Amino acid sequence: MNTAAVTITYKVPVRRHPVRLFITQQPLGAAGLIIIVLMAIAAMFAPWVAPYDPLAINYNAMLARPSAEHWLGTDSFGRDVLSRIIYGARTALAVGFLASFIGSTIGAIVGVVSAYFGGKTDMVIQRIMDVILSFPIIVLAITVVAVLGKNIVFGLDINLVIAIGLPMVPKVARVVRSSALAIRELPYIDAARTAGFSHLRIIFRHILPNVVAPYLIMLTAFVAQAILAEASLSFLGLGVTEPTPSWGLMLSGAAADFYEQAPWMIVFPGLAISLAVFAFNLFGDSLRDWLDPKIKL
Amino acid sequence: MLRYTFNRLLMMIPTLLGVAILVFFLLRLMPGDPVAMMLMGDGGANVPPHVLVEERARLGLDKPMYVQFLKWFGGVMQGDFGYSMWTGKSVIYEIGIRLELSMQVAVMATILAILLALPLGTLSAIYKDTWIDHSIRMFSIAGLAVPSFWLGMIIILLLLSNFAWIPPLTFTPFFEDPWLNLSQLIWPAIAVGYRYSSVATRMMRSSILEVMQEDYIRTARAKGVYERLVIARHAMRNAMLPVVTVIGLEFAFLIGGLVVTEQVFNLNGIGKLFVQAVARGDYTLIQGLVLLVAVFFVLINFFIDLLYGLLDPRIRYR
Repeated sequence: MNTAAVTITYKVPVRRHPVRLFITQQPLGAAGLIIIVLMAIAAMFAPWVAPYDPLAINYNAMLARPSAEHWLGTDSFGRDVLSRIIYGARTALAVGFLASFIGSTIGAIVGVVSAYFGGKTDMVIQRIMDVILSFPIIVLAITVVAVLGKNIVFGLDINLVIAIGLPMVPKVARVVRSSALAIRELPYIDAARTAGFSHLRIIFRHILPNVVAPYLIMLTAFVAQAILAEASLSFLGLGVTEPTPSWGLMLSGAAADFYEQAPWMIVFPGLAISLAVFAFNLFGDSLRDWLDPKIKL
Repeated sequence: MLRYTFNRLLMMIPTLLGVAILVFFLLRLMPGDPVAMMLMGDGGANVPPHVLVEERARLGLDKPMYVQFLKWFGGVMQGDFGYSMWTGKSVIYEIGIRLELSMQVAVMATILAILLALPLGTLSAIYKDTWIDHSIRMFSIAGLAVPSFWLGMIIILLLLSNFAWIPPLTFTPFFEDPWLNLSQLIWPAIAVGYRYSSVATRMMRSSILEVMQEDYIRTARAKGVYERLVIARHAMRNAMLPVVTVIGLEFAFLIGGLVVTEQVFNLNGIGKLFVQAVARGDYTLIQGLVLLVAVFFVLINFFIDLLYGLLDPRIRYR
């Protein structure tokens, strides 16, 4: 044993706001977050931000090159591409967030229920999740869209949201389940049981709040995928339909007929999709590193 | 190994059965009467009601659900997926004539992804935090963000403006004219393969970084093995496992990517067939296609697991 006196100096940690902490520790993630916030603001205040009405047809300015009047040019109906991209952000973010939120939330509940009850319940739920996992995301989404058809609520196709959210359920369930399995064994769950709380209360009040980290990580990661899925479905003519501005839709149909005359019709909406997905990936990755680096997606 | 294979094989049965049940009943939920749609077409010509009833009876649609399911499933078991409601040809025929094309693009994209990911991921890990690492990481992060169909459009745009190349209207099989075939399909393969390679590159990088911490790497260095050999024989080989998994799992994405990318390149493959079938409400065809894709995916995962067992003998004992 070393008997020499040891002086330990403690550095009193300065309490900082978690957002500021995130920004200083994860600069790349913060950059992603800034892009996301800017996009969200542009989408929310689209009528004030966009220079033109996205639906206004102008036959005098068909296929106009990018210029001072139309920064990103116009499409074959003379509609302003920039305005359509700004309004398209509404569709992309709304569908992306909502699909990811619904998919991750259902997935988290399924995962926790599966872990909490264990045994046969767990087995059955896991087999069902395996079945859903056997379908590639787009294939499952297209099938669900075909089966459910359209159901517009508040200008948003809720069935499209379900179709995109459904394939996420088993993936989130799997990750959340493994976190919940560890929590189930902790003493405070036993304590809650001893106190005679109902299963529902234990699940919602004691386990779910403790799997928030994996839930948030999956949620942000899936927003990116949901945006991609919405763009793909709309591109195929199975998602958002004309005249609603959507990035995927802008790339389909007429855009391909004007490869040579109007390349801006193809380049800019695609850049918008890429930028949005890129920002969410960057933010999601950093959030994972920050909250829980062990989680594999 | 035999026992492990057998167990994995047994585990597949409930999954596949579940897939068949889900596909069948999901499609029964589809709105609209397929018989009416088939007979009346888009025009909505008037068909007498008794013809509809007869047609339903002929197709077995008047029987209870579970009878329909058993009949369909019995057929599937014998390789009979029914007939397309639109073309009247068998589902197997419709898929068969398009399979070669889609498979070739998928395989080319996979090869491309592996060829890119292994060296790039390794380089990125070895030169961690240098400009090499940064540029490779930017390249792969971008790959995750760029939608494959848009990348396809950009490729067409570039080829069009530089070489006046347009996507050909007909597909040339490989054995007819290998050179022409490859020059047609390399572009869609790049479009769908970019994302694929990015995912694999990122996995390879983090896997190599992890492996480099292992004792046996230090041992190899200590006994004087050339760094080049340490990387190639000790690090890369051991880092392969998670990369193999990710390549298998991403195959599903590849199929999804193909569905959209085939539209862009005007390729008459499985993906295009699927989109057409959905647009026409041809549900025997959708049913057959979705089932086949899912079975294929389950099989791929099965082989990945076997490969895993082969590469890492410890797994077999679990």
